[in-house]
Amino acid sequence: MNLIESLERQLEPNPNIPDMRPGDTVNVHARIIEGDKERIQVFKGIVIRVRKKGAGANFTVRRIAAHGIGVERTFPLYSPRLEKVEIVRRAHVRRANLYYLRGRRGKQARLREKRIL
Amino acid sequence: MTQIFDEQGNAIPVTVIEAGPCYVTQVKTLEKDGYRAVQLGFEEVHPRRLSKGERGHLTRKRIPALRHLREFRLRKDEDLKVGQRILVDVFQVGDRVDIVGTSKGRGFAGVVKRHGFRGGPKTHGQSDRLRAPGSIGSTTTPGRIWKGQRMAGRMGGVRVTAQNLRVELVDAERNLLAVRGSVPGANGGLVMVKQARKSRELARKPGE
Repeated sequence: MNLIESLERQLEPNPNIPDMRPGDTVNVHARIIEGDKERIQVFKGIVIRVRKKGAGANFTVRRIAAHGIGVERTFPLYSPRLEKVEIVRRAHVRRANLYYLRGRRGKQARLREKRIL
Repeated sequence: MTQIFDEQGNAIPVTVIEAGPCYVTQVKTLEKDGYRAVQLGFEEVHPRRLSKGERGHLTRKRIPALRHLREFRLRKDEDLKVGQRILVDVFQVGDRVDIVGTSKGRGFAGVVKRHGFRGGPKTHGQSDRLRAPGSIGSTTTPGRIWKGQRMAGRMGGVRVTAQNLRVELVDAERNLLAVRGSVPGANGGLVMVKQARKSRELARKPGE
């Protein structure tokens, strides 16, 4: 059997991370270690990419910071530094990678909400 | 390669190696062979896969048929017996190891890939110069090309040692070893794992 696969099968999904999809607006609670202090930082934004493959699985969250500067952060899905992820809103999107949001600002960068019946 | 997380949550790039079970198939002694070494065998195969000579070499010592045989030098204080089984547990997390493998063959490679030459310019009226070696020597003096001039040719497929890699994970159950960083050779290739020469520690053996 593939050795890497056999090792990756042991990965335990973080119970505080729900199944995310591109277009979801999420609050990511990440543990930040500064010197000897530890705190939780919340990063809120839209999931523009989810890469689910093996131990290197990750997802990218984009948010518009002060002065309209777009900030993207990629989190390793299996990182023990991720405290939890909350889904705030789910949107209807038609592609897997929402890179087109990078070229848009303001009203153009909105996504239609997904109707959950 | 894959990655694992340490206690602090840092992602560590690792290569997973199937290390063992290996068998001591022959012991070379100072008296008989002039140096001390062991021959280790790895990967059980059907006896039909081996030549009669190989089969006899192993079955006479009641060792199963093994695909690969490699020799490892022994230190003065190390002593192993023929037939002894060696498992990954000779390694511990934190040990430093050297890994010997055969690098991936690159075929007939040009001078840019093989020796890191810069090549020529792409534009400004150039033709056929992008990956050219440039001048390979002078004119009438010396009237020949120096020996050792680096040129295109076969690249890769040679024995390479990656030194001083840290053991990051030992899985005794499945005989898996994970070392930090990359290792010579293609996926599934045979490598030899030895104790690092440039730091001090114990134990040695091959794996795949």
